[in-house]
Amino acid sequence: MAYLFIAPWLVGFLIFTAGAMAFSLYLSMNDTDLLSMSEFVGVKNYLKAFQQKLFFKAIGVTFYYTLLVVPLGTIVALAIAMMLNQKVEPVAFWRTIYYLPAVVSGVAVALLWGWVLNPEFGLVNQVLKAIGLPGPRWFASEDWAIPGVVLIAVWGTGTNMLLYLAGLQAVSTELQEASRIDGANAWQVFRHVTLPLITPTIFFNVVTNIIASFQVFTTAYVLTQGGPNNATLTMVLYLYRESFQLFHFGYASALAWILFAIILIFTMVLLRSSSFWVHYEGGLRR
Amino acid sequence: MTQSSGTVMASAAVANLPGTGLGASGSAGVGVPHGAPYVARRRPLRFGYYLGRLVLYGIVLAGAITYAMPFVWMLSTAVKPGYQVYLIPPVWFPETYQWSNFWVPWGNLPFAQFYANTSLVTFFSVTGTLVSSSLVAFAFARMRFRGRDRLFLLVLSTMMLPNQVTLVPLYLLFTKLGWINSLLPLIVPHWFGSAFHIFLLRQYMMSIPLELDDAARIDGASWIDIYWRITVPLARPAMGVVSIFAFTASWNDYLYPLIYLNETKNFTIALGLPLLSSRYVTEIQQTMAQTVLAILPLILVFFLAQRYYIQGVVVSGVKG
Repeated sequence: MAYLFIAPWLVGFLIFTAGAMAFSLYLSMNDTDLLSMSEFVGVKNYLKAFQQKLFFKAIGVTFYYTLLVVPLGTIVALAIAMMLNQKVEPVAFWRTIYYLPAVVSGVAVALLWGWVLNPEFGLVNQVLKAIGLPGPRWFASEDWAIPGVVLIAVWGTGTNMLLYLAGLQAVSTELQEASRIDGANAWQVFRHVTLPLITPTIFFNVVTNIIASFQVFTTAYVLTQGGPNNATLTMVLYLYRESFQLFHFGYASALAWILFAIILIFTMVLLRSSSFWVHYEGGLRR
Repeated sequence: MTQSSGTVMASAAVANLPGTGLGASGSAGVGVPHGAPYVARRRPLRFGYYLGRLVLYGIVLAGAITYAMPFVWMLSTAVKPGYQVYLIPPVWFPETYQWSNFWVPWGNLPFAQFYANTSLVTFFSVTGTLVSSSLVAFAFARMRFRGRDRLFLLVLSTMMLPNQVTLVPLYLLFTKLGWINSLLPLIVPHWFGSAFHIFLLRQYMMSIPLELDDAARIDGASWIDIYWRITVPLARPAMGVVSIFAFTASWNDYLYPLIYLNETKNFTIALGLPLLSSRYVTEIQQTMAQTVLAILPLILVFFLAQRYYIQGVVVSGVKG
């Protein structure tokens, strides 16, 4: 009887996950396009990737984006959460404002920011101009396109902020008070009491953020289609181009597996590293 | 600058009023811990303390204004006539309000169709997710069967899989089925349960006392009865969270519609919106007005169900 209840998932898993994965693996070892189906080529598609300039470009762009967005997003989200945790009334109101950008994501946000970051008439550059700074050309410039995408992501960091806020509220005030009485200053309390106690939340956010940033697509695609001069060609964008614009399904499948491997490796490394810096209360370690 | 942001924040505050009971209800959310012991510092530091609070409020306010500004900028642009858009320095309140930005583009592009498509996809995706995921979660939470824990582990592990791997095979599968350029590929997969939502519902259903099931079984209730009459009604908060997540994901989805739909008449709003800036001479005030319309349902649902939203985010993060 129970199997009847889980049947939807079981069937879905067999078709949309396990079946699709097996098929993807098979495709990745074939030279395939829409018309001529399959000629077995073994690992040639995987080797091909490592001979492509664009592949390395995409890897570089994705890493650069991740390197910027994960630390920046973490710091901003944590800073907001810590301020709101100081009983800044009414908390619900401030929380709503800071969280709202996370509710609207995707295309609408991309279009909105395309206008906010318009080099001539956009809000940001107008403000910069007013205080006498030269505004970058954002999505029209190779150097500033990725920072632009990062800015959008950091603006939408509300989900992380909520999780940090929940983590901070679970930290006992008694512990903080006790260290205050022992003569610790505000920074020392944060560094040695609060921060260690929220490392599980930081860990969770960093892992999910890295996974998400390796898969960034919509903002870059809507705003720049990967340009200018492939400056925002992320891994998924490259994969999309190869599969659905050039119909190199075999090669694109190989790319997907390479992306999967990269994500897996990073997650593993982070999991391994967690015992060095993630503090689980009660001394429980993974 | 501050003036215009003030209006938006004021309206946000009004919309927020029903949500202020959030902290008081205290149900596992991130509400304000009202009863938390608060040690008032009555020391000579008092002046310094108030100065500190003032600075803190200042920073929080400045940050909030910064965060709200893009929205205000969008709203301001959305009601401008074309000649007021490209001004340096910009104006926040146009001389005349051009409300037609909201409906003129509907004559150039089939926006009504876009919204109809999006609503269809969203409605049937959410229903599918709710029905299938709750059935599966019910079995994992309330029933005993061979291989249950191992299968559940399998459910969890599929969450880690990046969906890029299945992108091409699914595209080819739906091509074979002749579903490309229809809304079916965007709906049907949701009727087979989603790992994340199964997990969420299962965790919640575990917290319902098992005695309820036993009592019902003694009274001769079938598993379906128990599922439908006991567990689902009691799991309503979790169902709420799942529907909000599924709704937002469907409404915002871009990559899948981009792949599966290729005729304008089948587009969802996520695909239709960017057409404004590519097909005709870009009228940025119209693009912004349509962006406002496109995010309106999201904002509305957020304010109506803020409690579920915030609890859902927190609950889904706790597993870390």
